[in-house]
Parts: sequence; structure tokens; C-alpha cells
Amino acid sequence: MANSTLTKQRSEALGSTVALKSAMAVTGVILVLFLVVHMYGNLNVFAGQAAFDNYSHHLRVIGEPMLPHGGFLWIVRVVLLASVLIHIYAAVALWRRAGAARPVRYQATKRVQRSYSSYTMRYGGVLIALFVVFHILHLTTNHIAPGGASDSPYERFVNGFQPEFWYVTLFYVLTVIAVGFHLRHGIWSALTTLGANRQSRQRSLNIIATAIAFVLTVGFLLGPLSVTLGLVE
Amino acid sequence: MNITLRVWRQKGPDDKGRMVTYQVPDVSPDMSFLEMLDVLNEKLQLEGEEPVAFDHDCREGICGACGVVIDGEAHGPETTTTCQLHMRSFKDGDTITVEPWRAKAFPVIKDLVVDRGAFDRIIQAGGYISAPTGTAPDAHAMPVPKADADRAFDAATCIGCGACVAACPNASGMLFTAAKVTHLGMLPQGQPERQARVIKMVNQHDEEDFGGCTNIGECAAVCPKGIPLDTISQLNRDLLGALASGRTE
Ligand code: HEM
Ligand code: SF4
Ligand code: FES
Repeated sequence: MANSTLTKQRSEALGSTVALKSAMAVTGVILVLFLVVHMYGNLNVFAGQAAFDNYSHHLRVIGEPMLPHGGFLWIVRVVLLASVLIHIYAAVALWRRAGAARPVRYQATKRVQRSYSSYTMRYGGVLIALFVVFHILHLTTNHIAPGGASDSPYERFVNGFQPEFWYVTLFYVLTVIAVGFHLRHGIWSALTTLGANRQSRQRSLNIIATAIAFVLTVGFLLGPLSVTLGLVE
Repeated sequence: MNITLRVWRQKGPDDKGRMVTYQVPDVSPDMSFLEMLDVLNEKLQLEGEEPVAFDHDCREGICGACGVVIDGEAHGPETTTTCQLHMRSFKDGDTITVEPWRAKAFPVIKDLVVDRGAFDRIIQAGGYISAPTGTAPDAHAMPVPKADADRAFDAATCIGCGACVAACPNASGMLFTAAKVTHLGMLPQGQPERQARVIKMVNQHDEEDFGGCTNIGECAAVCPKGIPLDTISQLNRDLLGALASGRTE
């Protein structure tokens, strides 16, 4: 120990790996809160066309006349986009760093305790990002409209998941499950990163993470599956 | 027992290295894993071959020198050090793969021996308490709550073996760093330098080319001293607290 010399530190705590994952945790939490609201909005599809379209319209008039039409929605969109970009930036930075940190791989590997969720975070994240792009083109801008375009968000929803477009539903189902796995480890990780993890609380943290991930997964699956199975038309 | 060993052989830091297969006959189940390697080395020496270099010192689980990855697990199938692992954990006829710790921060010196100097430099950066020397103070001069003392003590049992880095999918050294940050951060003597310490140690950790922690937990699962994952949460909190109070070095 005594004969190793310290070079002057070039690294900055503000750009450290811990700061990166904290940025990932905070933006991840913002995205989870968004997903909760989004899931609630989607479930309105079971209340019929009027309720669903009304909810969608409402999102655009919140804050009027203090804010212009759609103003609130754009504020949310900017926050979400910034969160996604920061989240992905930090993920990519840590991913590259991890790759460089182990230049020679093991010939034999064994998972000791890590969960499926924890080792699919990165590829799962990429899948989710691709999905988000497709999803916005599909149901927000309606550039992709398998069952026909419409001005009614409800009709876009219902047209898009008709049984003949089962592959669209399948893609949604797979990515929503991927989101579930991503959140299962992500929520646990975010809480740990932000300092909430104590040994005595680990059980509760795991339960919280699993429960939120499960509720969101099921909540998001209900809409598209019900349309494809003909329960909502 | 008859054992087939696949061992990483590498002549020096610049050699490319390769896996070599050896037969080790007549292994007693009561031998430690290192004793089994000793038997192999005696045989290699008699055959005029270079023995397999591996690091070891105390052989009683307290120095942390003896780490190797055995069948993909740091220190092998039991949660202990390699010197405390016994051949009874394996079966007659087993093929066992032995590799050095794999991390950019721990370059291979020879065969299974790696340079863990990066850990020393993390300690050097901040893993200490600056105190005036002199006669030892009275034991009760500075009371410490029992729970804090216990947590500090548990964290202080880290032996710097590096298994956490070897097992981490990101090759992160965060559990080691967090053990020291927690150890000193729980004690009154550690408070004056608490913020500066976590910043300097995390900076040095990153400087040494360790990967970043993503809370996967393989480190704590293989740690022979049972350093808990929540020390990393404590380190994060200390670092975020230091940054929030405007301190960056
Ligand atoms: C390309 C897109 C994405 C990539 C590459 C990505 C990757 C990652 C990675 C690598 C982690 C840390 C994994 C770990 O802790 O082991 C993470 C955490 C997280 N992700 Fe993502 N992700 C993406 C998109 C998303 C999306 C769309 C959401 C929300 C739906 C999300 C929510 C979270 C949350 C809450 C965390 C926890 C933050 C933490 O690690 O402390 N991610 N993501
Ligand atoms: S934290 Fe555990 S595994 Fe890591 S160096 Fe210390 S004793 Fe070894
Ligand atoms: S040789 Fe000292 S811990 Fe194994």
C-alpha cells in the first residue's frame, strides 16, 4: 500500500458513476410516475368512447386559459423527453464503462443471485426505446395506422388492436412485459441508488418494486388485449 | 478423488494467456482448494513444468489474498475464501475451471495472480481518519451507540479480497468502497472528513477504471465477509448529500 502513488484525481464527483446512476434513478422515477398516469388514462377505454375521448381532450385544455391550448401537455412532454434522454445517456455511459471494465471475459460464468430483470436492463431498455418511437407514431401522431386513421383517440386505439392486427398486439404485449421486468429491477435499483436501501427494508423494497411493476404490466395489457379479444369495440 | 482442472496460464502481464487442462489424481476431500493446487504444482515441478502461480498468504480466511474464480463463481461454490474452500465441495471426476479475477482495474501479473493495487489507492484517497497521534485515548472517551458500532464493525471486516469486483457484471468496485465509507462514516471519529472522504474515494474508484454499480447484488452474494449491499446505498446517500451541500472535492 505504502509504495503505490496516487496520481492527481481527474475524475469529478459530479460526473461520477454514482452521479450517473442517480440521474438514471431520478429520471426513472419521473418515467414511472408518468406510466402510472398513462395507465390510468388507458383504462378509460373501458368507460366507452365518450369518456376516453373526453379524457384525451381534457389533457389538452388543462390550465386554460392560464396556459395556451395543449400547453400543459407540452410541458409534460418536454419533461418526459428530457428524462428519457438523460436516462438513456446515463445508461449508455455506464454500459460502455462496464464493457471497458472487463476487457477479458470469463470462460465459465454463473449467476449467483441476480434476477432475470437485473441482467436484461440494457437490452430491455433498448427494446422499450424502440417501442416508444413506434408507439408515438402509432397512437399519438397516427402516421402508422394499421386499422385506419382517426381523429378520435378511442377509434385509433380500437382500430389498432383489431384481431387481424394480432402482431401489433403481440408487439405491445411483449414490450409491456419487458417494461414490467425493467421496472422490477429499476424501481429496486432507483430506491437503492437514492439511499433508501437498508437491510431491514430490503423485503419491503422488493415487494414495492414487484407490486408496482406487476400492476403497471397488467394495467397496460388489459386495454389492447380486450380489444383484440373483442371485449371492447 | 480425481479432478480435471482447467487453469488460466499466463506467463506475464503482456502474455495473451490460455486455458490449460491438468489431471490431479488422489485428491483428498479434506484438502483445501489451495492444497489441491499445491499438489498440482508439486507434480508440475517434478515434470519440469512451471508451477501455476496463485496468490495466498494466511490460508485462514483473513488476508484476502487468495481470490480466484472457480467455475464462474468468485472463491468457488461456498461463500468463503478460496483457502477455506475444501475439496469436499466437489465430486470425484469433476472438471473445475479456474480463472483469475477479471477486471481492467486488476491486471493479471501471472497465471491466477492479479494486481489489486487499485484497492490500495482507493483507501489511500480517503479511507482513513486524520488524527493526532499520541497515547491511545481511553476506550470510553468517545461513546458510540451499540447499533452504530456493530454496523461499523461489520463493514470493517472487509478483507479487500476483490471478490465483489470479480463477481460484478459491471466489474464495479463499489461494495469494497462502500464497506470502507460505511465503516468510517458510522463512527464519531469519521465525521469531520465524511463528505470529503466519500467524494475522494468514489473519484478514485472511477479513476481506476472500475465499472459503475447498478445494484445487481452479486457482490454481496459472494462476499466472504458478508458485507451487505445496503452499504452501497449508504455510500450513495453520503455522496449525494455531499454534492447537495455544494461540495465537489
Ligand atoms: C433505451 C432506453 C432505455 C435504456 C437503454 C435503459 C436502460 C436502463 C438501465 C441500464 C438501467 C439501470 C439498470 C440497473 O440498475 O441495473 C435503467 C434503470 C431504470 N430504468 Fe431504464 N432504460 C431505458 C428506458 C426506460 C424507460 C422507457 C423507462 C420507464 C418506462 C425506464 C425506467 C427505469 C427506471 C425507473 C430505472 C431505475 C433507475 C436506477 O437504476 O436507479 N427506463 N434503465
Ligand atoms: S467487500 Fe467483501 S468481496 Fe469485496 S473486497 Fe471486501 S471482503 Fe472481499
Ligand atoms: S490466503 Fe488469506 S484469505 Fe485466503
